[in-house]
Amino acid sequence: MADNPNPDLDLPETTAPAEKIKRKGIKRRIFLAGSALVVGGGIFGVWWTDSSVKAKGNALIGGEGKPAFGSILTIAEDDTVTVFSPHIDFGQGSHTALAQMLADELDADWSKVAIEQAPADLAFANAALAKGFLPTMAGETLAGLIPDAVIGMMARSMPLMITGGSSAIRFTGEIAMRRTGAAVRAALLAEAADRLGVPESELTTADSVVTHAKSGKSLRYGDLAAGAAQRSLASDPVLKARDQWKLIGQPVPRRDIPAKVDGSAVYGIDFTLPDMRVATIAAAPVRGGTLESVDEAPAMAVKGVEKVIKLPDAVVVIGSGYWPATKGLQALSPKFTDGGHAAVSTPAIYAAQGKLMAGGKPDNEAGEGDVEAAFGAASAKLVEAEYRVPFLHHAMMEPFAMTGHFKDGTLHLWGGMQDPLSTRAKAAKAAGIDVEKVVFHPMIMGGGFGRRFPDMVEIIDQVAVVAKQVPYPVKLVWSREEEVRHGTYRPQSSARLKASLKDGQITAMRMDYAQSGNAEGEVPFIYNLPAASRRHFAYQSNQIDGPWRSVNATQIGFYTESFMDELALAAGADPYEFRRKHLPEGSRHLKVLDEVAKRAGWGTPLPEGTGRGIAIVESFDTIAAEVAEVALKEDGSPKVLRAFAVVDCGTTINPLNAEAQIAGGLIMGLSSAMGEAVTLDKGAVVESNFADYPILKLADAPPAVDVHFIDSGAKTGGIGEPGLPPASPALANALASLTGKRIRNLPVLTQAKA
Amino acid sequence: MAIAFTVNGKPVSVEADADTPLLWVLRDDLGMTGTKFGCGIAACGACSVHVDGNLARSCSVPVSEMVGKSVTTIEGLKSAEGTLHRVQQAWIDAQVPQCGYCQSGQIMAAVALIEKVGTPSDQQIDEAMTNICRCGTYPRIRKAILAATGAAAAAEGAA
Repeated sequence: MADNPNPDLDLPETTAPAEKIKRKGIKRRIFLAGSALVVGGGIFGVWWTDSSVKAKGNALIGGEGKPAFGSILTIAEDDTVTVFSPHIDFGQGSHTALAQMLADELDADWSKVAIEQAPADLAFANAALAKGFLPTMAGETLAGLIPDAVIGMMARSMPLMITGGSSAIRFTGEIAMRRTGAAVRAALLAEAADRLGVPESELTTADSVVTHAKSGKSLRYGDLAAGAAQRSLASDPVLKARDQWKLIGQPVPRRDIPAKVDGSAVYGIDFTLPDMRVATIAAAPVRGGTLESVDEAPAMAVKGVEKVIKLPDAVVVIGSGYWPATKGLQALSPKFTDGGHAAVSTPAIYAAQGKLMAGGKPDNEAGEGDVEAAFGAASAKLVEAEYRVPFLHHAMMEPFAMTGHFKDGTLHLWGGMQDPLSTRAKAAKAAGIDVEKVVFHPMIMGGGFGRRFPDMVEIIDQVAVVAKQVPYPVKLVWSREEEVRHGTYRPQSSARLKASLKDGQITAMRMDYAQSGNAEGEVPFIYNLPAASRRHFAYQSNQIDGPWRSVNATQIGFYTESFMDELALAAGADPYEFRRKHLPEGSRHLKVLDEVAKRAGWGTPLPEGTGRGIAIVESFDTIAAEVAEVALKEDGSPKVLRAFAVVDCGTTINPLNAEAQIAGGLIMGLSSAMGEAVTLDKGAVVESNFADYPILKLADAPPAVDVHFIDSGAKTGGIGEPGLPPASPALANALASLTGKRIRNLPVLTQAKA
Repeated sequence: MAIAFTVNGKPVSVEADADTPLLWVLRDDLGMTGTKFGCGIAACGACSVHVDGNLARSCSVPVSEMVGKSVTTIEGLKSAEGTLHRVQQAWIDAQVPQCGYCQSGQIMAAVALIEKVGTPSDQQIDEAMTNICRCGTYPRIRKAILAATGAAAAAEGAA
């Protein structure tokens, strides 16, 4: 979900002046090519000229009567096309959309297209993803100099099979799926031309059939596949023009949905094996703490409990089922250290972040123009504001669960992660065995939202270590309490914004923000200002900060778009008109903003007791503007009555699913802004479950979300995350317009109460 | 102790401690994993089932209270011939699920609501549908409930 495959950047350790907190985090993997350069053609030159990789990938997915192409698809004799996605699908619908893209270029019969998760093997390392992310990581210039063959090598060496950064469609779909579909279609055409003895130019394809109109002869893809598989595939096939698309842009139903309405879909937590035991775990309440001691006897006395295992920072109880294991765990009184983090608390972190920014020594500064000069100009009207947002829990509905079975020297794992390949590597390291001795079986997931990046997922290590100590398969299940208290949260973050106004125009804007990760390069600044600056002050608490759906765009969007409304107020301008004045004429941003204002009836009268707010944020190459109409409930908490979203993601592959992603992102954004906060006291998380970590429910969500797409045809953007960031500032702006009170600290709770 | 009750029309007898939540008997003892674990404190509704026709959050109902009762889970909603319940079909038609993990519980809650009130109003949906969905599928859940009861068509016809 981050801007790169290393979502938690390993920044230089920065310790708050008052506290000595050891940086606990994740080593950054270097995303750079080594010295070895391999000459190659296009991106598919890599996959298809590296014969060992090709052979292995095709062997894993193909078989007798089912030839494989490019480690991405198989075509069976009965014409069934099976697309193997290197991405996992944890609810975002990308499996269906990726298959749409491939099937469209292939001219496949959609009713005979199946979609499967690619095996967790290096042969499926995603070079398209590496290529897509490279400009962000290394800069456009350097990225352009690295041969595609090296990118393929890099993808395998990292190894890269990640799902995140709203990348599936915009990178894998555009770079790999469409081209593979087109290249395989070309091979099928060539095969058909030879068999029929006619020129290729006289052949047409549709619904998995090649037709020669002149002779009335036709051949099915299933007939042609074996021969076509012997042909080399074009590196740079011709893609369809937009007006030739039959599946791209169509609202086709998702293929995974039927199994999700009758209880038959099997998630990681549902997996079972004969003789399997179930375990649960309690880790040190303070992140960074360790297990000092535990008396195992009370757990062993519980019926059904079989074993207690001590880990360096946790205790695990294994039982015949989840309930006995839980009762056993609850019977224990483990003693944990606080790791020296007893002074860490939510107010202490905000205070430390404030001091850091006051110190004026940023780790990174980006922008252009002379901000200071503009601030110092005689006629400048200065506006300043400080904002704060808390740690957020991902709250994926399926708690972590993973099954491990160590047998004959091989560790088998079953579960759902955002990167199957690094799951294997991490488990191998924890178990102290070779990565080739780890087999990972990816399963579907009950959400993720950034929580399932293996680098930050402790359960992989926990299962690997536990499975090695027992002769039977063991499924480790985290309780919700464990989930809430041991998250890899959206970072707690503070910001100070300052701007100068002259004649109703912004002359300069600065945003200082203190948090763990640097958002630069990830969240573009969209306004056209004479001078702008963003300064990042690195601050790390004892918590592990992770990517949380839309990553830094949530807080950066909240800061910038709340402040834009404050500036509009200071300038005496309407918030929508004020934004218009600072967006480039003719820009995509302006079109998106205008469209959402139009659809929401901006400027039209509202019922008594209702406020309206607007916000626009670009993230993951997609521009999203949203309007919220809000009222206050009796207790002073907000209720969103209507919501509007207008989105330009270039091309909408599947509008039906894209709408769901935007509406869902908007609602998750509202949920986080309205009530969610993970707080710390004495180094430990205070909240424990949904009773004190409230997720928005149906009654408080807008009854419908009006979602509209502008198909600008620009570079394809992400869809899983960009709907979220504008929601919280749109809400805060609506509340300010309703009550006159500006909410600068999230969550809103009942702050808007008169 | 042996506890006898009915699940989806079939008699079952399980050996379990009296305090074992129905959820874990369904999942671990009976191997019926369509009913999900989300929170363990009856806060999210992922574990919703019907007990004698009433909606219950199975993570917080001890199995000892099931003696002689009739439990319906998501696996038991289809007809004997395998036809989807109209609410399940409405869920597919409205393309409700994203990650899908909470949807067994959402569907059980929706079926219980419809069986109780027939054609629920928006306000009745607000009051009854208290299950958590992190993916934010609420607008489509509402749409599917209205469609399943013909309320959406009726509203369109009136308009």
